[in-house]
Amino acid sequence: MTAVITLPSSLDDLSFEQVLDQLAPHPADAKVIVDARHTTFATPFGLTALLTLAQTRTDMAEFLPPEDPDTLSYWARAGFFRHAEELFAVRGTVPRPRGAGESEVLLEVTPVTKSDDVHAVVERIQQKAAHILINKLHLEPRATMGFTMTLSEACQNIVEHAGRGGWVMVQAYRYKKRLGGRLVMVIAVCDAGVGFRRSLESGQRRPLTDRWDDAMALETAVVNSVSRYGEAGRGQGLKGIRGYVHRRDGKLSVRSGTARIAYVPPWDDDVPRREDLAPFPGAQLQITIPEKVGAAA
Amino acid sequence: MTRIDVGSVLRHSANVPFSDLVTRPTGAAVRRCIEREIAALNVGDVAMLDFSHIGMMDYSCADEVVAKLLLALAAQGSAPGGVVFHGITDAHLEAIEVVLDHHGLALVVEFADGGARLVGAVTEDERDIWEQVNARGSAAAEEMATAAGRELVDMTRILDSLRRRRLLRHDGATYAPVGPVH
Repeated sequence: MTAVITLPSSLDDLSFEQVLDQLAPHPADAKVIVDARHTTFATPFGLTALLTLAQTRTDMAEFLPPEDPDTLSYWARAGFFRHAEELFAVRGTVPRPRGAGESEVLLEVTPVTKSDDVHAVVERIQQKAAHILINKLHLEPRATMGFTMTLSEACQNIVEHAGRGGWVMVQAYRYKKRLGGRLVMVIAVCDAGVGFRRSLESGQRRPLTDRWDDAMALETAVVNSVSRYGEAGRGQGLKGIRGYVHRRDGKLSVRSGTARIAYVPPWDDDVPRREDLAPFPGAQLQITIPEKVGAAA
Repeated sequence: MTRIDVGSVLRHSANVPFSDLVTRPTGAAVRRCIEREIAALNVGDVAMLDFSHIGMMDYSCADEVVAKLLLALAAQGSAPGGVVFHGITDAHLEAIEVVLDHHGLALVVEFADGGARLVGAVTEDERDIWEQVNARGSAAAEEMATAAGRELVDMTRILDSLRRRRLLRHDGATYAPVGPVH
């Protein structure tokens, strides 16, 4: 029997849980159709997480693209179909992107598997990100460096810990759901690798506590900056990301396994910790940096 | 003083056609190359690591290139005479400060505008005294103690602590900056 997984009309980090709830009862080799026909909006998290979902299927899932032409065109420009066509059996025809460098997509969906990929991502995004961070989000020039460092460290988590390739996407857009439509810069980095719990276990870095699960693993790695490597300088990447996000009044969320933790700024009403979520391999991270208020337009 | 162009090291040792110091493997490759160049210096020679051609640096790379290099040099004993970081900008500083604080390390940085200052884990007392020595070019402990109105033993302890951390060097009976005087 084929299971139909219906995507929500708006696909973001929170609504993606609906997708995983639908997927949870079906083993990896079950026949699955991912139905995006009625989806009209997707964040970078939504697009990169969809590709990781495809990576988790041993039997290639079918994919029904959005029917809305604008949505379809945007997904193509974001580079989604370029990779989706290798991971899903995409039904119908999808538009070819007319060219790279679209203004709203700073970095289209990009695979990250090795260190050189991180170099390439950093090189490609710096100038464009600097322009938007300074001129549109009204952040000081030094914030640009922090942003690129944050992106670099987030991508490196895949290379260093995931055990398989993942995806990154960066986009600036008006955040209509919150922040009164202020501009935000969003980084999404998703992989379907080993996840935080197994990564820490492999390095024997599990803390000595009775309780050990995905939520504890996330707390150990993200909050306490513990890496699976025992060296003194390890774990600074996520700590640096946390610091940067906090200084810019941003939001950081990390999902792994059955748990998700978030550093929630005052402008958002997300919860800091969610447990007992539908299981999903790997780690999925999202960083949101908002436009600075009170700055000159 | 021997200049080591970190940009050139990045291109050749890590075989990376970019100017940014990012990722831990890249940082490790660059550090190993710098360590080899420093090992070839004469005892007492000062290595100037020139970051002028480096774009940005992330935390992982700063940990490999800066912190691990300083830790390795500290573990090696007396040679070389010191390490000065040259051509540092804001694009490098954020990551450098974080890793230095994390490891309790400090270093002398020459900024693009020519000014030198201590960066990392130092007390205000240590920073003040280092800046005074740097401004004087060289100074004896007695001279520094008198100028600051402090006990000689107290001043000598701080100067020696800075020398052991390669933030100052002995110049005969006096203490001097490890790099050029500004």
